[in-house]
Amino acid sequence: MGRMDGNDKPSFQVDKADNVATMLHDAEAGDMILVQGAEARRRLQALDAISLGHKVAIAEILEGDFIVKYGVRIGIATRSVKPGQWIHLHNCRSQVDERSGLFDKVTGAAEDTAYA
Amino acid sequence: MLDQSWNGFLRQDGRKGIRNIILVIYTVECASFVAHEVGLGEVDVHVIGFPGCYDNAYAIRMMLALATHPNVGACLAIGLGCEYTQPSKIASAVSASGRPSRWFYIQDVGGTRTGIEEGKAALDALRKEMKVQTLQVPMDWSDLTIGAECGGSDGTSGLAGNPVVGKVFDALVDKGGTAIFEEVVEMIGLRDTLISRAATPEAARDLDAAYEKAERYCKSVRQYSVSPGNFAGGLTTIEEKSMGAFAKGGSRAIQGVLRVAQQPPAHGLWLLDSVPDEHFMQFGYTNPNDTEGIMDLVAAGAQIVIFVTGRGSVIGSPVAPLVKVTGNSATYQRMREDMDFDAGVVLSGKQTMDQAASSLMEQLAEVCSGSQSKPEALGHREYFLMYKHQNAPSLSSGCRA
Repeated sequence: MGRMDGNDKPSFQVDKADNVATMLHDAEAGDMILVQGAEARRRLQALDAISLGHKVAIAEILEGDFIVKYGVRIGIATRSVKPGQWIHLHNCRSQVDERSGLFDKVTGAAEDTAYA
Repeated sequence: MLDQSWNGFLRQDGRKGIRNIILVIYTVECASFVAHEVGLGEVDVHVIGFPGCYDNAYAIRMMLALATHPNVGACLAIGLGCEYTQPSKIASAVSASGRPSRWFYIQDVGGTRTGIEEGKAALDALRKEMKVQTLQVPMDWSDLTIGAECGGSDGTSGLAGNPVVGKVFDALVDKGGTAIFEEVVEMIGLRDTLISRAATPEAARDLDAAYEKAERYCKSVRQYSVSPGNFAGGLTTIEEKSMGAFAKGGSRAIQGVLRVAQQPPAHGLWLLDSVPDEHFMQFGYTNPNDTEGIMDLVAAGAQIVIFVTGRGSVIGSPVAPLVKVTGNSATYQRMREDMDFDAGVVLSGKQTMDQAASSLMEQLAEVCSGSQSKPEALGHREYFLMYKHQNAPSLSSGCRA
């Protein structure tokens, strides 16, 4: 499981308590992701396409669970997520920012502002 | 490598500068053209000022803090003649700090061309006085204040750029130096984490108050310091962005909270609060752009400011050299002309966090010794100061009471 393949897409886990890792390379669904950083290296399969700088779930996460990165709660899961899935605006919302969840998951553009 | 020392410029208050510039200050927008023409082609002259005609206590504190900054050796204040802010009083305060100063009103000396001639002649006189008055002395990390700010963050900022700067801050504090970071509005969601870093119960109380004010600000304007560019780069929430930004504060205890233009009363790590008073003009604006934050750090006495960016930036600063760090190696390659340091080596596994921090310290020591940072060499002197209210009296007594 910990063996690295040349095609593995690297990701970085900051803290042992984290249930997400940050991609250091773009991954396609089906690619193998290498998780390194806070814990022993391990691999998991990407279930979604995940871009560089975005987060991949590295544990089973249930709706209502906290999303943990840097060892702190950075948001709340709005639906259940499997290891290997992309974590972003479509399944994670802020604990303080009321606008969170009203942004396009790919472009980040606000969808709650009227232009007409 | 941490035991380096270099020559600095000793000021009357005991602080030491790594540069010895003349600061030209305009006291209203109407005087800014003449001020900039006076500074044109003069490599040792930087220009700052305040565009408003009505004076503002915050802006005056800011200009005085810059005029008596350790990197400043002399000052020339230029007014038009009918504005509220008084160049003579700025010059007096600068003289009282042991630095040569001059001032004049453009209306008194004629106009554009005579004003520029008057200013150029003043620069020559100030240079002669600086030569006689300025002492050069050895200087090391314990004499240094470094500020850190981030802008244009992406997924690498919190993993590489900011943590490497955090390691540099730890090393600086351990060497007896002073480190300052700001952007309290980018600490939203981290109240407990922030307070747990307080050095004393007083510091904890001040950190809590600064945090609560920032959160009230964000709630009242319903805006958090996270943008579509941040989302597209993989940051999902303000809490996530906050934690990445907070990493530049390293791991040492926070001594307390500084207000804008306040000098740190002791060595160690400090948090700078730039959020305006909420009782006056219902906050007004906070953090309108990266340059304002950089100027806040310079006004706190930072002889160098580190700017961390993931997506890239082409700004610099007057008074104190700006050193630009990116955690994104692709950004570094693409914007090499503007970027001083590639912290992305940490993510590619080429260097450990500690190795990268050591290389950055080496580079900072070179800038302290006189080497120009990238923005400094390119001539970047971006500057920003607007009306703001901090520590203003209550509404019933009026803003200038």
